[in-house]
Amino acid sequence: MANKSVWSDNRFWQRSATWVTGFASLLLIWLTLDTSAQIQMGTDADLKNGVQKRVPGPTVINYKITYEMSAKRGHEVPVIGEKEKFFGRDDYSEEEAGALLHLGKLGSQAKNCMDCHTLLGNGAYYAPDLTKAWLDPAWGPDGAMQALTGKNTKEEAMAEFLQHPDQYATHARMMPNLGITAEEAKGLVAFLKHMSSIDTNGFPRNFGRMQGAVNGK
Amino acid sequence: MANNHLTSESKQLATWYFTFAAILFGAQLLFGLVAAIQYVMPGFLYGLLDFSIARILHINALVVWMVFAMFGSVYWLLPDETGIETIGIKIGKLIYWVFVAAIVVVVLVYLFIQVGPADPTTIWFITEGREYIEAPRWADWGIVVVALTFVANLFLTGMKGNRSGIVTVLMADMIAFAGLYLAGMFFTDNITVDQYWWWWVIHLWVEATWEVFVGSIAAYGLITMIGAHRKVVEMWLWIEVAMLFGSGILGLGHHYFWIGTPEYWWEIGALFSALEPLPLVAMFIHVLYDWGKTQGGQDERGENKSVITNKPAFTWFVLNAFGNFLGAGIWGFFHTLPQVNLYTHGTQFTSAHGHLAFFGAYATILVGMMYIAVQGTNGIKVMKHTKASLWAVSMITGGVVGMTVALTIAGYVQVLVSRAQMGATWAAYFDGQSGVWFTQAMDWRLIMGAITFLGFVFLAKDLLTTGKNPVHER
Repeated sequence: MANKSVWSDNRFWQRSATWVTGFASLLLIWLTLDTSAQIQMGTDADLKNGVQKRVPGPTVINYKITYEMSAKRGHEVPVIGEKEKFFGRDDYSEEEAGALLHLGKLGSQAKNCMDCHTLLGNGAYYAPDLTKAWLDPAWGPDGAMQALTGKNTKEEAMAEFLQHPDQYATHARMMPNLGITAEEAKGLVAFLKHMSSIDTNGFPRNFGRMQGAVNGK
Repeated sequence: MANNHLTSESKQLATWYFTFAAILFGAQLLFGLVAAIQYVMPGFLYGLLDFSIARILHINALVVWMVFAMFGSVYWLLPDETGIETIGIKIGKLIYWVFVAAIVVVVLVYLFIQVGPADPTTIWFITEGREYIEAPRWADWGIVVVALTFVANLFLTGMKGNRSGIVTVLMADMIAFAGLYLAGMFFTDNITVDQYWWWWVIHLWVEATWEVFVGSIAAYGLITMIGAHRKVVEMWLWIEVAMLFGSGILGLGHHYFWIGTPEYWWEIGALFSALEPLPLVAMFIHVLYDWGKTQGGQDERGENKSVITNKPAFTWFVLNAFGNFLGAGIWGFFHTLPQVNLYTHGTQFTSAHGHLAFFGAYATILVGMMYIAVQGTNGIKVMKHTKASLWAVSMITGGVVGMTVALTIAGYVQVLVSRAQMGATWAAYFDGQSGVWFTQAMDWRLIMGAITFLGFVFLAKDLLTTGKNPVHER
């Protein structure tokens, strides 16, 4: 026994496994505390004072959101700009906007969105990613969807589509009618607008910049 | 599986778990086929059983059959390892029926109610709408009760009987496995926070606790099927635990690149998830090394026969060693670095990896355990391959590898066309999906899926009939 190496000792490996696991777990818990603080939703005051949050508060729906290249960070980041009307208003209070977002987030789960689409890139791959859907040129003034749905704004076009997706044959792979009500559709659009304002470290890259001509928008 | 050879109630309960697991495995493949057909013919069952529902059933059946087979595996090996009957087995048996009944209700609700209004009752009674863990909240609590009973069975038995290295690892692993489920049982309006904790369940299950479980089962299989030396096997097991948890726990970071979490996860996720394949290489070497060593020892003694006492099960175990490394290790590493993942995240690439990894890492070894149970139930000394077992293993493996290759090609097209070239919009997405290379890949995926399903039919037939086949040594 005297010359037995520690490397062939089960007790040694058992202790190593315990220490490694314990250390990794502690590190994860510590990082989780730091991350949790950074991904808390911001407030209306943050937005008014121009304080950037990774996940802005619900009243971000009162503002224009764009997705622009940041020279400093080397990728695109959401930029919150001037006020912008959302269903005709740009003065949603924190409670009103929060209630809309709540309804939309609940709706996104109750309708199983994630089992066809991806959200923040996670979910199923049967339908387009929704991370920056709010910024998709298809819904903008030059896109097809406003004319197709007969609406004059992005949010109304989206809400109309969500309520009757089976009436708009955008692709052979049609979205089914999920019984989404007008109010739920409004919530879902608020949820999508809010999601597009989340700082996703540049995912997806070059969103909406590559249509048609070279380097063209 | 009628039995006259099982004296242990724990093993009897294990066979129940395996039986229901096999049924759900079939359901998983069936709904996978529906979803695969919908990629090729989008009108198929439209408005009746839409893609989202087929996919929920496909992936939930997958997770649940694996959990059933994992519970079954533990109930099977406990009496062998501890030398005593499992404590609290009567409650274990009762809980089994509760679990089965809950699963049936959840499946019927998925199938016939599908979606609900945007309020909390939907989350509680219809669907939580969160990939893999869509099960409504009432079922979550049911699962917690079931898992706690199972963990209690394991702990009480492990503490009273002989606590081998394998049982010790399982005790630590299964309590973490059950506890992690709690991280997925809350609602928040903040989708970033939502996905942060959602990954605690998904990742820390399949890339940490489940992998350690597989290490334990592989260790048990090597001892029982080829008579490998326990000390060697258990030493390897501890090394694997250190490597798996050492890389897998912080490897969680590779899911935090793009969901709104800080940039430092790029470095942490890249480093630790790049290490994740290492333990899988170790497991592969371990299985083949032990096999060669035991067989070599026997050959030296001049005994000209195989050391393997269960040919079909051992085939599945070796496939596990290789498939885990290939599917989880290589296919995972392909797209785990943030520089690559920026473009591959949320494409068919992930799906390719998912198919080969779940199959290679988990389906294989759990099917192997089913064969071990058939052997024990029928009092077979040396179990041989039958025609059906060979067809099953070849067709299922060939089918899954074929699907993986097809999905990898589809993923490449999607990454290059939809993401890099066209810029990830709605129009870009459909540009990628409509290309010939993509649609051809989806045709092949369907064909390979059908082959996998046929292989399953052979597997079911073999599991049901091979026990009585006179070809085995008794």
